[in-house]
Amino acid sequence: MKQLIAILEGIGGTLRLLVRAVAFAPTLPRQLPRFMEQCYQIGYTTLPIVSILSFFIGGVLALQAGYSMESFGAKEFIGSLVGLSMARELGPMMVAILLAGRVGSAIAAELASMKVYQEVDALVTMNIPPERILVLPRLAAVIVMMPVLTIIANLVGWFGGAIVAHSVDFIALEPEKYFETLRRFTKFEDVANGLIKAEVFGFVVVLICCSIGLNTRGGPREIGAAVTKAVVVSLILILVLDYFLTQSLL
Amino acid sequence: METCHQTRNPFSDAESPAVGVTLEHVSKNFGSLMVLKDISLTVEPGEIFVLMGPSGSGKSVLLKHIVGLELPTSGKVTVAGHDASDPATRGKVRMALVFQAGALFNSLSVYDNLALYLREHRIATEAGIREKVMRALQILSLENTARKSPSDLSGGMRKRVAIARALVQEPQLMLYDEPTSELDPVMSATISEIIATLKDEYRVTSFVVSHDRSLALSIANRVGILMGGRLLTVAPPAELRDPQDPVIADFLNPHIDVKNPRFKQLES
Ligand SMILES: Nc1ncnc2c1ncn2[C@@H]1O[C@H](COP(=O)(O)OP(=O)(O)O)[C@@H](O)[C@H]1O
Ligand SMILES: [Mg+2]
Repeated sequence: MKQLIAILEGIGGTLRLLVRAVAFAPTLPRQLPRFMEQCYQIGYTTLPIVSILSFFIGGVLALQAGYSMESFGAKEFIGSLVGLSMARELGPMMVAILLAGRVGSAIAAELASMKVYQEVDALVTMNIPPERILVLPRLAAVIVMMPVLTIIANLVGWFGGAIVAHSVDFIALEPEKYFETLRRFTKFEDVANGLIKAEVFGFVVVLICCSIGLNTRGGPREIGAAVTKAVVVSLILILVLDYFLTQSLL
Repeated sequence: METCHQTRNPFSDAESPAVGVTLEHVSKNFGSLMVLKDISLTVEPGEIFVLMGPSGSGKSVLLKHIVGLELPTSGKVTVAGHDASDPATRGKVRMALVFQAGALFNSLSVYDNLALYLREHRIATEAGIREKVMRALQILSLENTARKSPSDLSGGMRKRVAIARALVQEPQLMLYDEPTSELDPVMSATISEIIATLKDEYRVTSFVVSHDRSLALSIANRVGILMGGRLLTVAPPAELRDPQDPVIADFLNPHIDVKNPRFKQLES
């Protein structure tokens, strides 16, 4: 019962944080440097790992597909399988998970430490709402960066699949055929579908991590606890939201 | 115009009314812990009020009520007639709080710590901001730290940066949480002089939480003593040089008795 109340309070607090942050949207042009800084943080910290992982996920998809399709001579459809899985599911999902791990944890740690060391209180007494300068620029930045990261993840994954399908002996599929089926079956809607998912995941992860960070109470020990909680809650929400988004976007 | 009811802005010379603070029957509980017990108090516009008391007696919590960071469990706090628990009050009255631990923004340089308020409220151009910030740093002998990060400073320096950051806000009401702890005697005297100057020249109301007897006795208009969440007395400093109440006397002039140590008394 106590836990249920805590969860409901958390949801309520997060929604209030969202409303307050969005209310400051008109101040965004003035906060351009802060917004750019957050774009850089989100892009810079996740891009290398997003690229590496997408490459291997594309590769593994090609391997698995090649293994199962080769027996009935349908290996040129590896391209369509890798193309669709990356665009609709694995690209957005993986970017969101990496975002939670690298950016979400950093956000939670930074805001929790600002809360614990009373920097947030100092902002409040200066009549500078924390939502305006700490939350809004991050939300805006993630909206801009998620599609960029997801498109890069898709492209790298597709090429990873092509390279693996071409270079593994038992598949040995020419890249032209791979990309031919990929292009034929992966429609713009599939990519757009994935981008919508990515956008929702990214926004929710950043909002949750801001909320958990800013609601930290107590001493420095609580900073670590806040980070763990932020990442765990983010991961759970990504998976749950994924199910419902997939269903509603079908 | 009666100057004694006006604050003059230290930097722009603009005038605005001096502000007073009232607490009416304020109590505060954290769960079952009663931290403030039925406190009533009036701080007059333009006065220096010093609050003394043992650590843990609730002084910091009381300060946070005045800026609206804590809300009273019962009772009411008003600043210049506005309800302190209403966030809008912070937009109506310029208040600055010097936190006990500084609460400096660790991701910003000392310069940017001071400039943030002026930038966010678009109070001056960058050139104007520079002038104000450097002047405040100069007052606290901190010119050389402008580019440094707060984490590279000593405790005493951070305290001075926190005071400088409050000064650039050109407050009508200044609240200090133990401003002279961690400072050497000369710097403590400087802080006392700053508080007194803000009052004499600019009619800034000051609410100072401090253990520093010399600060309290030299610059305070009135001194309050808080013990165990109760306000025991409010008196002009002259009356506290030789207090009658044995509890207060023992707090202000603790007698070190090696033959009969306190910790032994506590043990038994
Ligand atoms: N947010 C809080 N939650 C629970 N207890 C608190 C909180 N803030 C302060 N207290 C308690 O209130 C009492 C007074 O604290 P404080 O005002 O900081 O004392 P001091 O007079 O030393 O400044 C202490 O016992 C402290 O543990
Ligand atoms: Mg204190």
